[in-house]
Amino acid sequence: MALSSVRTMALVGLDGHVIDVEVDISEGLPGYTLLGLPDTALMESRDRVRSALVNSGFTWPNRRVTVSLSPAWLPKKGSNFDLPIAIALLIATGELSQESCREIIFLGELGLDGSLRFVRGVLPTLVSSLKSGFTRAITPMANNREASLVQGMHSVCVSSLVAATHFLKTGELEKWETFEEKDLDQIALTDLEDVVGQKSARFALEISAIGGHHILFLGPPGTGKTMLAERMPTILPPLSHELALEVSAIHSVAGTLHERGAMSSLPPFVAPHHTTTAPAMVGGGVHVIRPGAVSLAHEGILFIDEAPECGKGVLDSLRQPLESGEVTISRSTGTTTYPANFLLILAANPCPCGRFSGRGKSCTCSSVQIRRYLQKLSGPLLDRIDIRTFVEAPTRVDMASLDVGESSERVRGRVISARQLSAERFKGSAWTLNSRIPPRELRKRFAAEKSAMSFLHTELDSERLSARGFHKVLRLGWSVADQKGHAIPTREDIEVALQLREGMDLLL
Amino acid sequence: MKRAHYSLKELGDAGEEEVSRYLQGVGLLIVDRNWRIKGGEIDLICEDRGVIVFVEVKTRRSNLFGTPFDAITPDKALRLQRLALAWMTLSHRWGQDYRIDAVGVWINSTGSFELEHRKAVL
Repeated sequence: MALSSVRTMALVGLDGHVIDVEVDISEGLPGYTLLGLPDTALMESRDRVRSALVNSGFTWPNRRVTVSLSPAWLPKKGSNFDLPIAIALLIATGELSQESCREIIFLGELGLDGSLRFVRGVLPTLVSSLKSGFTRAITPMANNREASLVQGMHSVCVSSLVAATHFLKTGELEKWETFEEKDLDQIALTDLEDVVGQKSARFALEISAIGGHHILFLGPPGTGKTMLAERMPTILPPLSHELALEVSAIHSVAGTLHERGAMSSLPPFVAPHHTTTAPAMVGGGVHVIRPGAVSLAHEGILFIDEAPECGKGVLDSLRQPLESGEVTISRSTGTTTYPANFLLILAANPCPCGRFSGRGKSCTCSSVQIRRYLQKLSGPLLDRIDIRTFVEAPTRVDMASLDVGESSERVRGRVISARQLSAERFKGSAWTLNSRIPPRELRKRFAAEKSAMSFLHTELDSERLSARGFHKVLRLGWSVADQKGHAIPTREDIEVALQLREGMDLLL
Repeated sequence: MKRAHYSLKELGDAGEEEVSRYLQGVGLLIVDRNWRIKGGEIDLICEDRGVIVFVEVKTRRSNLFGTPFDAITPDKALRLQRLALAWMTLSHRWGQDYRIDAVGVWINSTGSFELEHRKAVL
């Protein structure tokens, strides 16, 4: 047969589109034409596929070869089309039967020796394949861990083109050793125990974990801001299977799944450097739109140290994902949306010299300098941050104390039970976290105790609290109440909440 | 003329000779041979039931350096195209149908020939 077609998938964001790879071998001079908006890596597939075929013992058709990837309008990228093109060629040259390759999704990059190499995005590709009605796939052995995660998909992992054709002809699988992949859940992680003192910061972290409130840590260098933030994943509830799959899918597209562990239920922790660019933060790229830090931190933590040093555009680019929980990136090749529902932790020095603490005696900055420095944070972004906490240097008493702090496990236990309380309360609503209660609902269904409300109203009247601040404090109040096991925020809870929110208004 | 050893020129000529015999055998009329102008040369020009056929002949002893067809690079294909149009013009054949064929010839060590004829390759 001189005409053949096999199926593969192209990813746009996390959504897969079924692609028909058609090969036509016709009379004429030897040549190779690849149609269907391929990118550079895909254009290079010709040479990879040719060498792979020849070195696997097959013959390269010395005729006019036309490869078409349809739908033609969809830009295609990357190297995962190598295997489907090679298989389609083998069908067209009569090496394989068209029948044996029907209803199978092929994925994989070929090495010149015919080996099948790791490709990105296998997990979301297979999930989409299943949705499109496919139940069989052939993927590279190196992707076997993520391929096995998709239930209902029969993925055959092979290590070479020869093994793939052998399977298609005989149905025999090759013998292989299971890959030992580190499971991050098993590795002893950092623990909140390690943090000395910092009672109020710990509390802020816990409330943040309960209600999904974004935090700003302000404090001199070396007081443990980063340490605290890094331990946030250990006190968050583990990801559900569904969410873990979603997070893994994003990391699969970004090619960072190996570092994370294919099915880790630990919320991701992403800490971009403050010199990072806006495209690296929200995602971007010319031909391929890759997920950025905000999407890699989906259902986890985005931690930005030295936040005021960030480029202004970079911090502001966080506003859209903070608002909508997803990020939409437009390029000439199309528009892609990635989920980006993260918990933001910002850390900043109190002033450019970093020595402002206590009464600020050793600080050498002028008040103008300090104001200018922190002004980089203020505005709409700071508005979305519920908790602002000052992290003081641990005292001598803290350091000398032999008591270790509370362990992550205990804190996590409290966070989980507090979240159960709020989940119960929000049953049937569109949101599950205290920080997401819409303002209207907040005033109607989710008001605090009477005395607490009148306290808040006084604050509002005396203009110590803005309308937005009013709502934020109320939301925080719910998280505090959940932590304490109160059915409704008491006046005390609201006062604590106000502390968390306004604790350092002096500086900001 | 069966011989085991050829010079490059003789090899090409022998191949072309073999091809013209073959083409006449399948009913083509040879119109011109080795038509040469400044831009290059057309090996064979034939007529196949009213269609002008320009034939490029490539002769090889082995496929070690690619098949004969591999030797027709995009560059050479373009030149063939131009030559064909030049011939049509100079022979006042404008408007007549034409096509360009390629014939690969293999000569093995015993001196016997093998042909592959690909029609309308361009």
